[in-house]
Amino acid sequence: MKAKVHITLKNGVLDPQGKAVQHALGSLGFGGVDDVRQGKYIELDLAETDPAKAKASVEAMCKTLLANTVIENFSVEIG
Amino acid sequence: MKAAVIVFPGSNCDRDVAVALEASMGAKPLMIWHRDTELPPLDLIVVPGGFSYGDYLRSGAMAAHSPVMREVKARAEQGAFVLGICNGFQILTEAGLLPGVLMRNAGLKFVCRDVCLRVEATNSAFTKGYAPGQVIRAPVAHHDGNWFTDPDTHKRVEDEGQVAFRYCDEGGSLSPQSNPNGSLANIAGVFNERRNVLGLMPHPERLADAMLGGTDGKPMFDGLVEALS
Repeated sequence: MKAKVHITLKNGVLDPQGKAVQHALGSLGFGGVDDVRQGKYIELDLAETDPAKAKASVEAMCKTLLANTVIENFSVEIG
Repeated sequence: MKAAVIVFPGSNCDRDVAVALEASMGAKPLMIWHRDTELPPLDLIVVPGGFSYGDYLRSGAMAAHSPVMREVKARAEQGAFVLGICNGFQILTEAGLLPGVLMRNAGLKFVCRDVCLRVEATNSAFTKGYAPGQVIRAPVAHHDGNWFTDPDTHKRVEDEGQVAFRYCDEGGSLSPQSNPNGSLANIAGVFNERRNVLGLMPHPERLADAMLGGTDGKPMFDGLVEALS
């Protein structure tokens, strides 16, 4: 069973890398980009076959290691 | 005083801080490999600078969960003193021993130069060797030194006097220009509530000997030896 984890900065946390990408897009002629936020995408291959258990397990992994919940949100997709 | 320096794969300031400690305490500190899970009795544990685990995932995130850190956390809870410098500061925040998080520098560049620091609190073993408000010089060398936390935690850190050092100009004034990395409220170093854990991004061990061009970092090690011997 696969788990897909998206980790993004919380609202209100400055993302200087996102800002730099936004400016670069503007200078390349891609207008109309109001904001850019960048994050991480992690794929996990799990032995677990029960989707609910898999999700709970991956959420625990996010809270313990994969995300720093002081500044980051995470979302978990199973399947 | 019994002191130890934790060594992770990728630590690169472990020997520098060992030299600074030896100069102040007259004996070599123990060097503890990150896989060790049993520590002898210790008064001071230093988590040194470097790039532990290649900064994978987030700076300090992997090291914070390494076997030795469980023991370091337990010792801190028992009252041992723990000093985290640069990557060590990142590791201590990731381990939950210190508030906040060290984000990518606001200017996105690795910053490697001397900065001025204002000593904000002298009521700790780490900072008792300094005068309140004293301005000292210290080298910084980091990519992720932008200290950040939520407004409630920031207020608590300020109210409890947990700010140890702030980036300032030579006269001791705070400004965005004197902030090398965008840290919230120019914060360069913070204590835990009990003041037995300190993390800071600048490197006092790199200016602890006149041969290195200055001794502004030495009072930190001398103060620890005096307080813990």
